[in-house]
Amino acid sequence: MSNIAITDTTGQAVPAKPVVKSFAAGFVSRLVILVPYLWLLFFFLVPFIIVFKISLSQTAIAMPPYTPVLDFRDGVAGFFAGFRDLNFDNYAWLTQDALYFNAYVTSVIIAAISTVLTLLVGYPLAYGMARAPATIRPTLLMLVILPFWTSFLIRVYAWIGILKPEGLLNQLLLSLHIINQPLVILNTYTAIFIGIVYSYLPFMVLPLYSSLEKMDYSLIEAAKDLGCPPTAAFWKVTFPLSLPGVIAGCLLVFIPAVGEFVIPDLLGGSQTLMIGKTLWNEFFANRDWPVSSAVAVILLLLLIVPIVLFQHAQARAQEIER
Amino acid sequence: MKSLGSIRRDFAPWNDPDAKPYIQFENVTKKFGDFTAVNNLSLTIFEREFFALLGASGCGKSTLLRMLAGFEEPTAGRILLDGQDLRGIPPYRRPVNMMFQSYALFPHMTVENNIAFGLKQEGMPTPDIEKRVAEMLKLVKLEQFAKRKPHQLSGGQRQRVALARSVAKRPKVLLLDEPLGALDKKLREETQFELMDLQQNLGLTFVVVTHDQEEAMTMADRIAIIDKGEVMQVATPAEVYEAPGSRFVAGFVGNVNMFEGKIARGETGPASIDAGNGITIQTDNAGNATAGAAVTFAIRPEKIKVSSKKPQEAVNAIEGEVYDIAYLGDMTVYHVRLDDGQVVRASTMNAARVTEDPLTWNDRAWVSFRPDAGVVLTR
Repeated sequence: MSNIAITDTTGQAVPAKPVVKSFAAGFVSRLVILVPYLWLLFFFLVPFIIVFKISLSQTAIAMPPYTPVLDFRDGVAGFFAGFRDLNFDNYAWLTQDALYFNAYVTSVIIAAISTVLTLLVGYPLAYGMARAPATIRPTLLMLVILPFWTSFLIRVYAWIGILKPEGLLNQLLLSLHIINQPLVILNTYTAIFIGIVYSYLPFMVLPLYSSLEKMDYSLIEAAKDLGCPPTAAFWKVTFPLSLPGVIAGCLLVFIPAVGEFVIPDLLGGSQTLMIGKTLWNEFFANRDWPVSSAVAVILLLLLIVPIVLFQHAQARAQEIER
Repeated sequence: MKSLGSIRRDFAPWNDPDAKPYIQFENVTKKFGDFTAVNNLSLTIFEREFFALLGASGCGKSTLLRMLAGFEEPTAGRILLDGQDLRGIPPYRRPVNMMFQSYALFPHMTVENNIAFGLKQEGMPTPDIEKRVAEMLKLVKLEQFAKRKPHQLSGGQRQRVALARSVAKRPKVLLLDEPLGALDKKLREETQFELMDLQQNLGLTFVVVTHDQEEAMTMADRIAIIDKGEVMQVATPAEVYEAPGSRFVAGFVGNVNMFEGKIARGETGPASIDAGNGITIQTDNAGNATAGAAVTFAIRPEKIKVSSKKPQEAVNAIEGEVYDIAYLGDMTVYHVRLDDGQVVRASTMNAARVTEDPLTWNDRAWVSFRPDAGVVLTR
């Protein structure tokens, strides 16, 4: 969307310049835009079309385990004949088994709750960072990014060691006599929430921090001057102005959390139902690539809504900055 | 009747010993770590006064304003408003409002919501808020911009919104931090007079911080000149200009020529000053400087006359050579190098289009002035 905006602005500047020059400039700017377009075409659109095609195919005892996507063995006619075998049976199958519907709904609910929790943890963190002395802010920022230096998988594994019945957390709580019985956290939804909040916290903190950090502190002073106690000043000025950061952070957490596989698989145990796990099972346990492709396509369509919201929020943020 | 400067001031509570002070800074000190921003400063401001704090950047004038608004607490001393000690009262409970240098308009609110912000916070009924907002918009002539957001306004319009927002609550005192600093010269001059009218019409007490002496001179009833966290002088603009209390004030406000010398005779009143190199200056008021005291004689350029012949009637006339001339249209500025090497700046209003006795570069010339034209400074 933003790409189109760029061409528009250059287009507006055109009339003042000689025609040849403006054409050359327009060509160069179009060429620059071409690069991300080609990138998206080859690394997103083409693979997506292949997945979509697989989702319309049938399982086959073959390698790979579905009827071919591009089959030129029978020539061009055979290639087109292949299209006739495509159908939406796999999508119909998804509606027949409640498992898929439940998995989608549970995933969205878990992702939504996790996002709210991450926001509750991340906002004070980002606020504290933005209000910290300018000299230590880079260090704080570094500390937020630091977990990325270790493998995501290893960090999630580490949580098993913390959350399991004889793990660090239970040992600590038992030794402090806060609890008498070890808490059962691992292999529950609680463990998934903890895992998601922990893993995605930087994605929440960074956009929040950037929107809070550039906020003019005199706005809060002005609110206080006009009669706002600190809490009212926060809700009337600070929070509304950080809203673009809140939305960006929430979407950056929500979107990957919906399709999360590693965290529910390692921390949530076999009882928990999330679409990422269902997808994995369909793919590797059942080896039903067409159905799992259909699951993936539906998941993508499900996520397009928040992505569009995200873009809208970004456009709004840019407008406020001006 | 004689007076300093050209304006007769009927409003002068500072000369009335019975007048009740409205804002009092009593021995206020403010330290930021090792840095002393305000040093044992005392100041009195009266009700309905337009008071200016004038000083170079970093002199502590903004800190004074922020202490009055409640954003900073004094390290020592106290601040009284209408007899009430302000210590410990948070900014949101003080009957003062501030217009910020950056305007600090809420970017997510429309102009009318910005103005209504303080009123809503006060719990004013909605119809009253609407009435007051309309009144304020009319006052600053922004009626048709009520629904705009701040980023859709020009700098001058934003300044007006900031002003309307800060007076909407009818504060006892309005604090203005460099209110015209972000405007261009022409707009600044217009706005100066608008601010003065507004202050008159609303009957508010204004305390304005500025580094622009012209702005302070134009608008204020009284000016406090601040340097390194201390008050150098508090006086009306005319007094500050015509009767500066120290070399610093004389040099800070406007242009000035200074002659270093010693009082040659006289106890009080008229005296002659031996400025060295055969220059003797006659003055009719040396204050309480005693004979032999080292003093500075300060005289403003426009009080010095330049002529090619020695004026007969002049008490003070010194010979020199025209070193530089600047023709500014409304006036001409001459730099005359005296025989001892000191350069004297003299300016002449071009009241007539034709000059009888024009001077040019390197002409011999006389600078002359009346015995009451300058002031004797001991500090």
